[in-house]
Amino acid sequence: MSNRILAFVESKDGKFKNSAFEVVSEAKKISGELGCEFEVLTIGSGIDAEAENLGSYGASKVLVVDLNDLNSKSKFPGTQYSHSAFAKVVAETASQKGANIILISGTGLGKEIAPRVAIKTDSAFCQDCVALHIDGGNIIATKPVYAGKSMIDMKFNGDKILITLRPNVFKPVKSGDAKAAIEKVDVGSLNLTDKDFSSAVKEVVVSSEKLDVAEADIIVSGGRGLRGPENFHLVETLAGVLGAATGASRAVVDAGWRGHGEQVGQTGKTVSPSLYIAVGISGAIQHLAGMSSSKTIVAINKDKDAPIFQIADYGMVGDAFEIVPALTDEFKKVLGS
Amino acid sequence: MKIIVGVSLVPDSTTKVKIGADKKSIDEAGVSYILNPYDEFAVEEALQLKEKNGGEVIAISYGTDKAKEAIKKAFQMGAEKGVLIKSATADFDTYTAAKNLADYIKGQSPDLVLFGKTSIDFDGLSVPAMVAEMIEYPCINVVVKLDINGNEITAEREIEGGKEIVVSNLPAVIGTQKGINNPRYPNLKSIMASKSKPVEEVTPTYNGNKYEVTEMKLPPAKSAGKIFTNGAADVPELVKLLREEAKVI
Repeated sequence: MSNRILAFVESKDGKFKNSAFEVVSEAKKISGELGCEFEVLTIGSGIDAEAENLGSYGASKVLVVDLNDLNSKSKFPGTQYSHSAFAKVVAETASQKGANIILISGTGLGKEIAPRVAIKTDSAFCQDCVALHIDGGNIIATKPVYAGKSMIDMKFNGDKILITLRPNVFKPVKSGDAKAAIEKVDVGSLNLTDKDFSSAVKEVVVSSEKLDVAEADIIVSGGRGLRGPENFHLVETLAGVLGAATGASRAVVDAGWRGHGEQVGQTGKTVSPSLYIAVGISGAIQHLAGMSSSKTIVAINKDKDAPIFQIADYGMVGDAFEIVPALTDEFKKVLGS
Repeated sequence: MKIIVGVSLVPDSTTKVKIGADKKSIDEAGVSYILNPYDEFAVEEALQLKEKNGGEVIAISYGTDKAKEAIKKAFQMGAEKGVLIKSATADFDTYTAAKNLADYIKGQSPDLVLFGKTSIDFDGLSVPAMVAEMIEYPCINVVVKLDINGNEITAEREIEGGKEIVVSNLPAVIGTQKGINNPRYPNLKSIMASKSKPVEEVTPTYNGNKYEVTEMKLPPAKSAGKIFTNGAADVPELVKLLREEAKVI
């Protein structure tokens, strides 16, 4: 059968996340290599003008589902959105459009709905892909396993395939100023039932104004070398100057110095920022697993034999209490802030 | 309350991964295995719900004989029953695991199914939602707080930069995240009691694979970095390199 790609991209408050541009660009690239059509799907309110702009990343058509219309079908009052309903929208649209390859941005939301879509569409599934290529007409997806300590290449059986793409890994490629055509999807055509709203998000609580490590381009992380939670302001001040997220090692999270939401590593979050600054983190193997795919790693530690230096691009052997404030001041100077 | 908890056996998180001779899986020599850390939260949550509401906790796993170790850990914590859906090989994908678990769970009609949010080996964050789809239960994953009142569920799940408050109804599938509870340590009495609990073996219903691993490889090795040893005096040079060489600032 001939291929057809559907790319589902996440929008929030009428804007696309960067991951949306990455997924559209990758869909454009893969559709070119497979010689097939691709369409983009999104769910949102007041998103049309933004959706047209996906044309500059190669999308010729964007299918838009109105979030308010979708929520009006929910059995739970006050629904903000529903993962199960989103999954139905993606699966139903893929089916109606005859798409056999579905790409989804691997955001928290994307990773949540993707397994549901895989079952609804009976697709072979790769969650958290970091590279895609075509080999003899077949899609091969590369996925990190064991928290990035190794990678597997996956070949899919059958022609229905669903892949989520890890954010921050694929390159968004602008290909011009073309506007994508918008096609409004009538929610009534999606065959939704009460079962498709079996769970619903009633409220979203933003824990702080701080950036989340999973989304940040720069992360400053602290570990045991900071000696106590009262010294984390060093990390926070440096992160503030760089517009970075703050992260933490498992040891300091387990000790209760920082919340689990900041934990980087195998039982925390796996991150791929362009710059990762590790302060007072010795580099236990499970921490290295979660951050070793960062593009540039700076380690600050007084122990010259700390394992973190083995994967650091730049290492500062010395006292964090002396180096971090100096680094903060220097960044302030060069960044003019 | 009939609660089923899915458990899996995974390499210890400190394992150094070596590629096996088949170049498609890890070399298992010297690897120590543990109950998937996120599954410990699921077992603990199941036990707390049983202690509050009555009922039973059944630990199930899909895997080879070795997966019994995960069930035995759940026994030590306090699960009553254990079921191994016994695979002949360790070569299976997420769909295969979910399908076999779902086929067994469906026949049991539990009130609640608990899993860890993901297993730390393949980290697909998929099995809870896949099983839920297959048995047509609602699913809430990455849950850090769970309230069940009658058949109404209110859960907090962790998302980027915050939390979602999610509502649903029993029966349901829940995936647990660190923070939901503090898993108990087995005491001597429960360890002794666990020894007499048998693991029921069940034949898999599905033996297909949706994908094949064509190659496993290690991430590219990093070349040695530049190491500075003069403390704060080296800071200007480091910042210069981050701007001009690494171009990340």
